[in-house]
Amino acid sequence: MLEVTDLTVSYGAINAVRGVSLRLAEGELVTLLGANGAGKSSTLLAIAGALKSSGTVRVGGTDVSGWSPERMVRQGVAMVPETRDVFPDLTVAENLLLGAYARRRDRDGVAADRQRMFALFPRLQERQEQAAGTLSGGEQQMLVIARALMSRPRLLLLDEPSLGLAPTVVDQIFAMIAELKRQRLTILLVEQNASKALAVADRAYVLRLGKVAAEGRAADIAAASDLEHLYLGG
Amino acid sequence: MQTLLQFTIDVLSLGGAYALMALGLVIVYGILKLVNFAYGELIMVAGYGLFLMNGSGLPWLVMAAVAVLLAVVTGVLTEYAAFRPVRAKSVTAVLITSFAFSTILQNAALLFISPRPRNVPLPDLFSQTVAFGGILIPARNLITIVASIGLLLLFAFLMKRTVLGIAMRAAATQFRMARMLGVPANLIISTAFAISGFFAGVVSLLWIGRIGSVTPGVGLEPLLVAFIATVIGGMRSLQGAVLGGFLLAFINTALNYLLTQDLLQFRDAFTFTLVILILLWRPEGLIRGPATGQRT
Ligand SMILES: Nc1ncnc2c1ncn2[C@@H]1O[C@H](COP(=O)(O)OP(=O)(O)O)[C@@H](O)[C@H]1O
Ligand SMILES: [Mg+2]
Repeated sequence: MLEVTDLTVSYGAINAVRGVSLRLAEGELVTLLGANGAGKSSTLLAIAGALKSSGTVRVGGTDVSGWSPERMVRQGVAMVPETRDVFPDLTVAENLLLGAYARRRDRDGVAADRQRMFALFPRLQERQEQAAGTLSGGEQQMLVIARALMSRPRLLLLDEPSLGLAPTVVDQIFAMIAELKRQRLTILLVEQNASKALAVADRAYVLRLGKVAAEGRAADIAAASDLEHLYLGG
Repeated sequence: MQTLLQFTIDVLSLGGAYALMALGLVIVYGILKLVNFAYGELIMVAGYGLFLMNGSGLPWLVMAAVAVLLAVVTGVLTEYAAFRPVRAKSVTAVLITSFAFSTILQNAALLFISPRPRNVPLPDLFSQTVAFGGILIPARNLITIVASIGLLLLFAFLMKRTVLGIAMRAAATQFRMARMLGVPANLIISTAFAISGFFAGVVSLLWIGRIGSVTPGVGLEPLLVAFIATVIGGMRSLQGAVLGGFLLAFINTALNYLLTQDLLQFRDAFTFTLVILILLWRPEGLIRGPATGQRT
């Protein structure tokens, strides 16, 4: 489904990502772990086409290297950035509508998906006419995930969905991720909360200073004695 | 009572024109975080379009529509020719191209037409007056009020109810995120310049309708007005631009009424003093938009 080879991202003199290679099979949930500054977000943004990068990215067999973010969406890639980026002065309903921008002519399908999202996140339905900027952190996170799903992606890139949220909300988010996995959506999940991420993931990669330091089945990575060391960047 | 009515109509007609000027500037600023200094020249282009069609025998409304279209096309062309190539480079580069384009267009008008004012065709209606509530009102003021309020409502409706309008509002706060949802950057930017050109074209008709002629520098004052109005109202919001336009018109008109003849020549000094006071009180402008602003 996703095949990243030798991905490199630089910010001026800083080499944030140095030759990262990743593979995700269809329907797989893979987590990307690593300390702050390891290059996880840069990797995701580069895959989504939002950052200049070198190396190759293939989605569903198509070489999409260097494509614009808008074109990546049409290729079935949806991104939830760690900054969340709700459109604060748009209503919840308008935010969701824009999630479906690439398929906006399919009005019935979009309306049906919106109802599906409201069933998944009843809070959003209650607040659909409210400006997104007035939602709580947890509600905003639900909104951006729902908004990303409105494009009916084949591949979902999730960057730290549990960041800064209350424990009960974190549990809800992870339950939702598990549900999306059950529906066979391919997901690349970046997380600080390594134990929770490893609990839902099939496989894991650990990034360290912009390179893949370890990879393997989630259970094996979780059992590895040096997880703490890898994870904290030692 | 009559003075109040007169005053209200003066504020509304000047404010309507100012609000349109400000909106045309802020629609591009919102997306690119760039003050398009060539905005005044879009107004100029529409004016010369009208001048060149003088004596063509076309009905005035057709000439007006062509003039507005000319401003729209010029707006979109400036984006293609001057902004798109340097957009990804730096804010400074874009500012300089915008200045350069403004200068080129003005000099083209100086060279190929004339530095002197040129009369533009205007319908008789523009010079007629209407008696209303015991006062005589120039019809062009009423036209300006109706046209600007109608356009403001139409614009608000389109921005609120169409997917493209919603996407424009989204892109003004989180451009990169909008792109990551599939909203094409180029479409948003071209649309912003087209809307800007449209407002400039309409402003041109209303503005030149007041002064009757077009000069190469005709766009300077509207650009300045638009800039001040958006700064007072808040650069980040469309409502702010409209509010700033009406407020500036209120200040200017009030000074016209209040100042004695010998002080009137210093009106702009009074206006700017008030503007500075407003900005000292609210440095971000009256309406604060959402606090974001990455460009790509
Ligand atoms: N916009 C940026 N400009 C400059 N450096 C950046 C930028 N974003 C990230 N970096 C740097 O790139 C490295 C990787 O950052 P990031 O991808 O955000 O890591 P992570 O998501 O794993 O915390 C860090 O050293 C960070 O300081
Ligand atoms: Mg990160």
